[in-house]
Amino acid sequence: MSELSRSPLHALHEAAGAQFTEFAGWSMPLRFGSELAEHRAVRETAGIFDLSHMGQLRAVGPDAGRMLDHALAGRISQLEPGRAKYTLLLAPDGGILDDLIVYAQAADDFLIVANASNRGTVSAELSQRARDFEVVVRDESDDAALIAVQGPASRAVLGAVTGLDAARLDDLRSYRAASIPFGDGELFAARTGYTGEDGFELYMPAEDAERVWTAITDAGEPLGLVRCGLAARDSLRLEAGMPLYGHELTREVLPQQAGLDRVVALDKPGGFVGDEAVRKGPPEGARVLVGLHVEGRRAARAGSPVRHGDREIGEVTSGMLSPTLGMAIALAYVDPRFAVTGTNLEVGIRSSLAAASVCELPFYLRKAAA
Amino acid sequence: MSNPDDLRYTAQHEWLRIEGDEVTIGITDYAAEQLGDVVFVELPEIGARVERGAVVAEVESTKSVGEVYAPAAGEVVARHDDVVDAPESINGDAFEAWLFRLRVDDPASLEGSGLLDRDQYLAQLGG
Repeated sequence: MSELSRSPLHALHEAAGAQFTEFAGWSMPLRFGSELAEHRAVRETAGIFDLSHMGQLRAVGPDAGRMLDHALAGRISQLEPGRAKYTLLLAPDGGILDDLIVYAQAADDFLIVANASNRGTVSAELSQRARDFEVVVRDESDDAALIAVQGPASRAVLGAVTGLDAARLDDLRSYRAASIPFGDGELFAARTGYTGEDGFELYMPAEDAERVWTAITDAGEPLGLVRCGLAARDSLRLEAGMPLYGHELTREVLPQQAGLDRVVALDKPGGFVGDEAVRKGPPEGARVLVGLHVEGRRAARAGSPVRHGDREIGEVTSGMLSPTLGMAIALAYVDPRFAVTGTNLEVGIRSSLAAASVCELPFYLRKAAA
Repeated sequence: MSNPDDLRYTAQHEWLRIEGDEVTIGITDYAAEQLGDVVFVELPEIGARVERGAVVAEVESTKSVGEVYAPAAGEVVARHDDVVDAPESINGDAFEAWLFRLRVDDPASLEGSGLLDRDQYLAQLGG
């Protein structure tokens, strides 16, 4: 095995006492202290995450928008500069190769953020799909860092460190992005996240990462900001009902099965890779993604079977005891006949069965901002 | 009441306090740290018969499950329900948060079962 990649913030995390984990070829903080305390901080105040393992690619050129319309499931060319879009990279057979966020930075310049595990696939696919277009696709991941500040106090934390007032930061509405002043330079800030809370994701060159991280933690800790690892990131996204590539999203799943029809622009002029397969849809009876409330305090885990009577009708893809809700929750793919909210099912948890019922997603929805 | 130096250890990260034919069992500080925040503990019923190597208890964190094995055949004679009510106490002090007590059929069988002392246990963590 080759050596694990390290974030430009690795030394700072080590000094802060992080426990590291291997994730998609990277050594990243799993937790800094208690992951439950980190989770709670994001729900109640704010947390800071190092996401420098994420892939950062760029498509630049006069055809960039048109190329991305062809390569991705969403209508990217219509994205005004300063807007972000959640989208999918599909295989010709409609299977999901990755889920992405695309930021329009200019009419001919798009930042594409990919899962660390899929960076190579995304880079190769986009380059290949770009061949007939006047556009250059670059993988900038090695020189780039990403820091997320998430939680109800994230705006106050960013205000404290940048000097921008709340109104100015709120010009950056949900799924908008812009350059903001930071210290004596600037960085690219987006109102996006993966926690179910208000928050920001900050993009910067790797050499700026330590300075930005330190400035935010110094200004943020008096406001309740807590360093968070990937354990809290996973528990927060699961409560928010957000899919994780490799669990809910895979090469074998069509967007409809994952409940992502809305991100596929089937009416796009010119079509896109995978459109025919999506239009045709999955085979009759293909399993669909649902949320489950599970009785008891034992967590179903990825791979746990879902049963109805004596038949296995599905499989859990993610599960845990929800820290915020205090109940066991899970995401699962089930036979569509059992996908209706309120359907009573059972989940095999190691040697026993636990009662479960299909519920609405997300499990946790934050209250509207004041 | 539990001095880590007076305990015996297994390679599966359990600690054992052996008093005559009774063995009190918990998970080590190292195991607790690796698991992360413990959110659920399942303990055996008092009076349950267990075989050596059987899974007797489960210690579950937000991310994973730690199984606790019986170091010898015997009968469960006590369980620590405080830990069920407050699973986080295992993260607080893993050596106070014992899980269950076993009366073993043959105390001599423990000696041949590869138990470690504290130094040996810590040494194998490094390896």
